[in-house]
Amino acid sequence: MPVLDRLQQSVAALAESAAQAHGVLVLQVAPAGVLPLVRRLKSDLGFDLLLDVTAIDWIGQAPRFEVVWHFYSTTDRVRVRVKARVTEQDPTVDSLVAHYGSARYMERECHEMYGIVFRGNDDLRPILLYEGFVGHPLRKDYPKRQEQPLIPYREGWE
Amino acid sequence: MRDPVIPIRAERPQPTSAFEYLSTKKDELVGWARKFSLFPYPFVTACCAMEFMAVSSSPYDTDRFGAALPRFSPRQSDLLMVVGTVNHKQAPILLKVYEQMCEPKWVIAFGVCATSGGFYQNYAALAGIDKIIPVDVYIPGCPPRPETVIDGIMKLQDKISRERHPILTKDF
Repeated sequence: MPVLDRLQQSVAALAESAAQAHGVLVLQVAPAGVLPLVRRLKSDLGFDLLLDVTAIDWIGQAPRFEVVWHFYSTTDRVRVRVKARVTEQDPTVDSLVAHYGSARYMERECHEMYGIVFRGNDDLRPILLYEGFVGHPLRKDYPKRQEQPLIPYREGWE
Repeated sequence: MRDPVIPIRAERPQPTSAFEYLSTKKDELVGWARKFSLFPYPFVTACCAMEFMAVSSSPYDTDRFGAALPRFSPRQSDLLMVVGTVNHKQAPILLKVYEQMCEPKWVIAFGVCATSGGFYQNYAALAGIDKIIPVDVYIPGCPPRPETVIDGIMKLQDKISRERHPILTKDF
């Protein structure tokens, strides 16, 4: 049995839906179901590497944001994508800092770019942006050309 | 270099007295010395750095223009070469480097990102370094060809040799 099929069977109960796309196992979960699923992936199934934490802004849809995690198993050499939808009013998911140390920085970036709040990450300062930046630039409703310069422009530029 | 069709060289005012004559000759002499002893400070932030290295090294060789030795301290340099994209987070650093350079100083915007932001017209990038510091020569291209860079340096040399070089600056 292929590795992905075996994995899909063993975690299907923890996810709302499980499918395979482009050689990646895609698991859709509720925000509350992220931590149990990640614990199982890490402790039982050997997903020891957190590749990325990011988000998608589906502007106009009911749960507006979708937080996306990518995991990699260095024993089976396969990837898993975990997705959870969160609302605009309460864009909160659980932090993975306790399980993956690298989540600390990736969650900071996701927080400043999309405004996702990671419950349990105590250091959500800006990492690529700067203190005082208003808004979240990768949200689809952030104006494309809106700049927030740190120093005043020379005369002649507004 | 071939003469441009439209003359870019403004006519120098004719000297009207012996003092003016000497002062003009002094400006020519100082300008000649300064244009062949440019000490660039490379403010290198992005991929244009590769082209900067290419133009610095042997086939093209900015040493021929006296602009060979990069000084990595703004206090020892008189030519600020801004090579690559400058974003808003970096803009205060660039301004501080510029302010630390001693007079006389010149600035080259190397590549289209330093010139106008290029295709980075978004929340992060500073759309042209001339919004925060004055620029003498803009070198277009993404990245510029080494010939373009050399042309830009020669344009700057032309500009330096045509400038007034007062012995006492306004700060004295």
